[in-house]
Amino acid sequence: MANEQSNSANPNVDLKYRRKKNAEEMKHQVITFTLMIFFTLIAFAAVGIEGFSHWFIKPVILLLAVVQVIFQLYYFMHMKHKGHGTIALFLFSGLAVGLITVLTFVTIVWI
Amino acid sequence: MDIICITFLHSEGHGIDFYVLGLQISGLGTLIAGINFLVTIINMRTPGMTYMRMPLFTWSTFVVSALILFAFPPLTVGLVLMMFDRMFGSNFFDVAAGGNTIIWEHLFWIFGHPEVYILILPAFGIFSEIFATFSRKRLFGYSSMVFATVLIGFLGFMVWAHHMFTTGLGPIANAIFAVATMAIAVPTGIKIFNWIFTMWGGSVKFTVPMLYAVAFIPSFTMGGVTGIMNASAPADYQFHDSYFVVAHFHYVIVGGVVLGLLAGITFYWPKMFGTMLSEKLGKVTFWTFLIGFHLTFFIQHFLGLMGMPRRVFTFLDNQGLNTGNMISTVGAFLMAFAVIVMVINIIMTSAKNEKVGNDPWGDGRTLEWAIPSPPPFYNFKQLPLVRGLDPYWVEKMEGKKEMTPAEPLGDIHMPNSSILPLTISFGLFVAAFGALYNMDDKTWTLPIIIVGLLITFVSMLIRSVKDDHGFHIHKEDLMDDKDKGGKA
Amino acid sequence: MQADERFTDATWPASPEKATLEGKNKYLGFWLFLGGETVLFASLFATYLALKDKVPNGDAALAKDLFELPLTFVATMLLLTSSLTSVYAMYHMKNNHFKQMQAWLVITVALGFAFLGLEIYEFNHYVHEFHHTFTSSAFGSAFYTLVGFHGAHVAFGLVWIISLMVRNARRGLNLYNAPKFYVASLYWHFIDVVWVFIFTVVYLMGMVG
Ligand SMILES: [Cu+2]
Repeated sequence: MANEQSNSANPNVDLKYRRKKNAEEMKHQVITFTLMIFFTLIAFAAVGIEGFSHWFIKPVILLLAVVQVIFQLYYFMHMKHKGHGTIALFLFSGLAVGLITVLTFVTIVWI
Repeated sequence: MDIICITFLHSEGHGIDFYVLGLQISGLGTLIAGINFLVTIINMRTPGMTYMRMPLFTWSTFVVSALILFAFPPLTVGLVLMMFDRMFGSNFFDVAAGGNTIIWEHLFWIFGHPEVYILILPAFGIFSEIFATFSRKRLFGYSSMVFATVLIGFLGFMVWAHHMFTTGLGPIANAIFAVATMAIAVPTGIKIFNWIFTMWGGSVKFTVPMLYAVAFIPSFTMGGVTGIMNASAPADYQFHDSYFVVAHFHYVIVGGVVLGLLAGITFYWPKMFGTMLSEKLGKVTFWTFLIGFHLTFFIQHFLGLMGMPRRVFTFLDNQGLNTGNMISTVGAFLMAFAVIVMVINIIMTSAKNEKVGNDPWGDGRTLEWAIPSPPPFYNFKQLPLVRGLDPYWVEKMEGKKEMTPAEPLGDIHMPNSSILPLTISFGLFVAAFGALYNMDDKTWTLPIIIVGLLITFVSMLIRSVKDDHGFHIHKEDLMDDKDKGGKA
Repeated sequence: MQADERFTDATWPASPEKATLEGKNKYLGFWLFLGGETVLFASLFATYLALKDKVPNGDAALAKDLFELPLTFVATMLLLTSSLTSVYAMYHMKNNHFKQMQAWLVITVALGFAFLGLEIYEFNHYVHEFHHTFTSSAFGSAFYTLVGFHGAHVAFGLVWIISLMVRNARRGLNLYNAPKFYVASLYWHFIDVVWVFIFTVVYLMGMVG
């Protein structure tokens, strides 16, 4: 099958541009990673520091986990790039089925 | 049941282990096949074949594959838990150690309900093709058919607890699942009406596949109606675990899936093997099967309402159940007769071996009827250009006899054959065989398990590291080919 | 185009993982597989939540007795960092820098091994200090199954990435193996995604009680 990537007429100009774009993206990845580490620190601190009610801690750390996973999916796994529509549909369908399962198992299993 | 549970905590023997391991391995195969279908349908459609021009059989395969992708993992987990309980002494279902048996029920039915749609949707797809072909008219309400298929797939994941109304999940859960279940009747009803309206005003030809399709409508609808009865949670307390339920699901599975399979085999037989099954014997099969089917299962509704429990193969004399069961038995023999006639039909057809052309039914609408029967292994020489729903019919209506190619004749890239999938599954077979007898504390089982897993993983490793670029069928060879695969 | 053709930096496509039809199929198929894995792990999480702290008697250890913040924190940092290093590897793959890619993969694998070692130490600790085993309670069964499944995924990922690195060490990048590297890195990120929920739901929420 033919290669669908179209490089411009002058490959070296194109290469420069691509390198720059890749480097820029890598910078975003590092920022994402820093934020993820930061969220993790908050989550661990919320549990480690005495005095917070668990009605406060649990929703907060769950929220932090969700944000972190969104970062993983959209930055590290490149879901923010276009052409990921089908992938998102299937991933979120799987997530929906999974969440219903979790909801069931914490509500209607005789506990 | 409680007393039994106390005396024997688990089923003795290897029956359960056999089915756990077997389902685990075949589940893996199903999952991989599902992903394969999804990728093929998403990535490899021919030019012009938009989603809304796909045949309904392809659409239903697509939705079914998505259901497989999400329904099989819960089954895998459920089976893993049971396997661990039986093999390694974990306590998932051992209440005395904190376990919980309800999670098994949930995991099984989170898989189990989508599974019935995994069964029925392909049959819906086959029937949609047959109705359009033999009514010689495009499928009525194509887009609503697609919508209904997707909606059934979607709702199929929200209703599993209707199998558990009597478990005691509470009135709120029961109400939610009852309403969700009844909602599925809407898209299914859309489909039923679309099939009827496809026939309406068409020039209907009653070939054997069409007979199955026509008989499917009332048969399946009866199963649907008893489905609604079962979905009413309060009424279900009466029906649960009785023959009424057995009658219900046989009406949808035999009246839907098996009729669909028989219709599909007859319809696609010439495409698969290049020979036409006898219409006369086909009609014998059809009538005896249909009568036998209703004879067997209709009476079971009443047996159930009279109190006959399911999953019990014997019943007490003088309970008024004898006549009904007798009728059922007669019907079952009729169905067996029908299938034997079908086998004879197949043998006779194969022996005669009268080859047919591309479009033996004369009214083919979709792409497969544009290539020889059986199709060459590369299918089309040149990818065909699709210009509308039912592309072959579109070309025929313009007086053409073949598809317009979408590309110049060139080399075709094909994958190589490989023995590795076979050795991967053989390794799993060996490992499962060892695991089956591991319960008896036999020492020879451990090396067998290890060897089996080694065969599987080493095969996977070879599959991964060995380059396999496939091969090309060259343009020149394609041009020499007399039967003009891509064009005719 | 031959899949094993040699490339210069300029001719190397911008998205080598999706430059061939085989690559595209592999890429999509693997994402779909991850969709299925999501349901698999969700079912295991659900089972764990249903059986959390479900033990046969009052003496058995519960979640809040078992888990310790420092150990989980180190494990989390190891795995999160390995996610970033595999991003670096893919960055170099897109730039056609094979050597750098291999180097970052080596770091990724090393971090993965460290994580796995820590997990083995942790399980050993629970078994010997708390008599919290796979067979001691439903809680134990559910805990070891969920976390163990994740650990098995890590182990599988390590074998996978190492075999890719060894196999392609001499010949470098081409359009045939680029999708393989890319898909393996997706898998590694997915393992990290699952771990984010494990450290939150199992460990942190377990310690909160
Ligand atoms: Cu159901």
